[in-house]
Amino acid sequence: MINGSESLVRSLEHAGVEVIFGIPGGAILPAYDPLFDSSIRHILVRHEQGAGHAATGYAQATGKVGVCMATSGPGATNLVTPIADAQMDSVPLVAITGQVPSGAIGSDAFQEADIRGITMPITKHNFLVTNPNDISRAIAEAFHIASTGRPGAVLVDISKDALQANAEFNWPTIIDLPGYKPTTKPNSKQVREAAALIAQSQRPVLYVGGGVIKANASRELLAFAELCGAPLVTTLMARGAFPDSHPQNLGMPGMHGTVAAVTALQKADLLITLGARFDDRVTGKLSTFAPNAKIIHADIDPAEIGKNRYTDVPIVGDLRETLTELAPALKAEFAAGNQADLGAWWKQCNSWRSTFPLGYDIPEDGSLSPQYVIERLGKIAGPDAIYAAGVGQHQMWAAQFVSYEKPRTWLNSGGLGTMGYAVPAAMGAKVGRPEVAVWAIDGDGCFQMTNQELATCAINNIPIKVAIINNESLGMVRQWQTLFYNSRYSNTDLHSKRIPDFAKLADAMGCIGLRCEKAEDVDATIAKAMEINDQPVVVDFSVHRDAMVWPMVAAGTSNDEILVARELAPDWDSQDL
Amino acid sequence: MSLHTLSVLVENSPGVLARVASLFSRRGFNIESLAVGPTEHEEISRMTIVVNVEGNPLEQVTKQLNKLINVLKIVELDSLSSVQRELLLVKVSADTKNRAEVLEIVSLFRARVVDVVADAVMIEATGTGEKIAALLGVLEPFGIKELVQSGLVAMARGSKSISK
Repeated sequence: MINGSESLVRSLEHAGVEVIFGIPGGAILPAYDPLFDSSIRHILVRHEQGAGHAATGYAQATGKVGVCMATSGPGATNLVTPIADAQMDSVPLVAITGQVPSGAIGSDAFQEADIRGITMPITKHNFLVTNPNDISRAIAEAFHIASTGRPGAVLVDISKDALQANAEFNWPTIIDLPGYKPTTKPNSKQVREAAALIAQSQRPVLYVGGGVIKANASRELLAFAELCGAPLVTTLMARGAFPDSHPQNLGMPGMHGTVAAVTALQKADLLITLGARFDDRVTGKLSTFAPNAKIIHADIDPAEIGKNRYTDVPIVGDLRETLTELAPALKAEFAAGNQADLGAWWKQCNSWRSTFPLGYDIPEDGSLSPQYVIERLGKIAGPDAIYAAGVGQHQMWAAQFVSYEKPRTWLNSGGLGTMGYAVPAAMGAKVGRPEVAVWAIDGDGCFQMTNQELATCAINNIPIKVAIINNESLGMVRQWQTLFYNSRYSNTDLHSKRIPDFAKLADAMGCIGLRCEKAEDVDATIAKAMEINDQPVVVDFSVHRDAMVWPMVAAGTSNDEILVARELAPDWDSQDL
Repeated sequence: MSLHTLSVLVENSPGVLARVASLFSRRGFNIESLAVGPTEHEEISRMTIVVNVEGNPLEQVTKQLNKLINVLKIVELDSLSSVQRELLLVKVSADTKNRAEVLEIVSLFRARVVDVVADAVMIEATGTGEKIAALLGVLEPFGIKELVQSGLVAMARGSKSISK
């Protein structure tokens, strides 16, 4: 006879778990005893939020389900942010929490929190298990739900008495959830309709979202995009889904997207939407988004279709299958002589691209340009490295100025916008992909939220590299204050060129700390960091504080009002359209 | 704004009502009425939800509801092809002088008196929302001391079963 804890650990082994990020505590303590003997690697983090983001980074980098574990009450509530984060970005995450003994639930017991109730709105599904015989089934279902359909976060809360009592281990061979049957096979009639629409479209754009990466459909996308020949944009969540070096890629759309990507969407007559969700950061003012475009929307989640934008041809299904079926359907249209000439459209898109390339000014005072640092980092670390960003200016620059060639090399918190994501996510990614260089590109504000995990990295031989883009400010907020609040910098000055000393902090955490303040030292500093593979490295890049992210579509305005610099709209008059 | 009646079959598991209610609140959908009860299958409960929306959000409501793992089936019931009923209990002031008048109204509406005391009667009525509203309108002048109303329950006409 085994107990609930042994059933839990055996279930996790059956689910194929390699690594768990977590912290033990009272209610989850029984589970940690059999875990001690398990083949599963447990990484003891310093804060549960770090465990959650690490599991997310691991999942983003590998495509496997990330697993984090915490105790009841504060352990569980510390997981709330990463759970919400993973759910918003459709990352397969299973969070396991201990709960107070079932008899004490509802009594405001020590370290009691109703984590199932708390996480109901931020999980794909969650469980409260009080019967030890239900543990194995709940874990099997949790992994199934997290990893299939539209991936997401699942929480399994297990009461301490269930972990301690005798348990039957029943690993189900078939998961039968009558209320959960994701549609994976696209409707062939819809596919044919989509193909017909694509074939006759004069100004199509492939609007590619993170779903392409989730569906592991990059290869199919490349084949389909080349067949169809249309310009393509990759959203923040889709950076790396399609090579940046490919001539069809116009870059990132949205609030800080390229002029070519934003404008191509605005002027398109057809959006071929693949695993994207018409997020407000992409559409700008929704009523003015792509006003003349018909919409093909392919997604695994039927609720995304028509949520924000009317859809002419919906296709519900797995994107890899959808793209695999779309290709021959489009070939058939072409063979029947239905193929619009995209020459004029490409001329237009290319002229936007060449007239309004991404760029930045070098600060006149000789201080370091943050965009330059990130651009050089991307060049030196190259397309095989994994880049994890926090949230803010540095995140946008990392999305703009690093060239992504492969899926799962760009990790960030897109939907929830969680500051502090980078360091723990990089840690998780490095655990999942130890053979590649993993860079956290972080802001000085973000870094101070979760840098405690550097100790975890140093102790557990997880040699990540961190580039702090230190502008001693909450930079994106400061940018908005500059633009919209008369340069009144209320509470955005972090003084982080003075306190803390990031290099010393790195040293204290068992990492190598480096500093860089001059453009001429950037390459050598990055190269030095790249050479260190037995210890985490933290580089404090002291950058100009007034650099801003451009282009920009101000929140709530139309994408037509994109600015390429402060008060500088693109000179459309010189353009044909 | 328009009212739609949804019959929602759910797994009879703990927390399912909270999941559905929380979904409506966080997605900004308005519940006009909600009734939950058992069905002919022990493991399935049935919710009848009246929701106040326009056409497109209704599709969102059903799609979002369908994403809940415990939700098995959703059917919209229109008022013509289904029977829709609410239950009303109302305590009306009535003494020897006007009790007969009240009783006449009760019988006109095919309602029932279920409790009588010297200065009040309790009336039970079932019917559509319109009928209940009309009854209350007529009873109002006598003085309504207390009232309680159930959520709407509804079932499609004909021999087919929703849970098949």
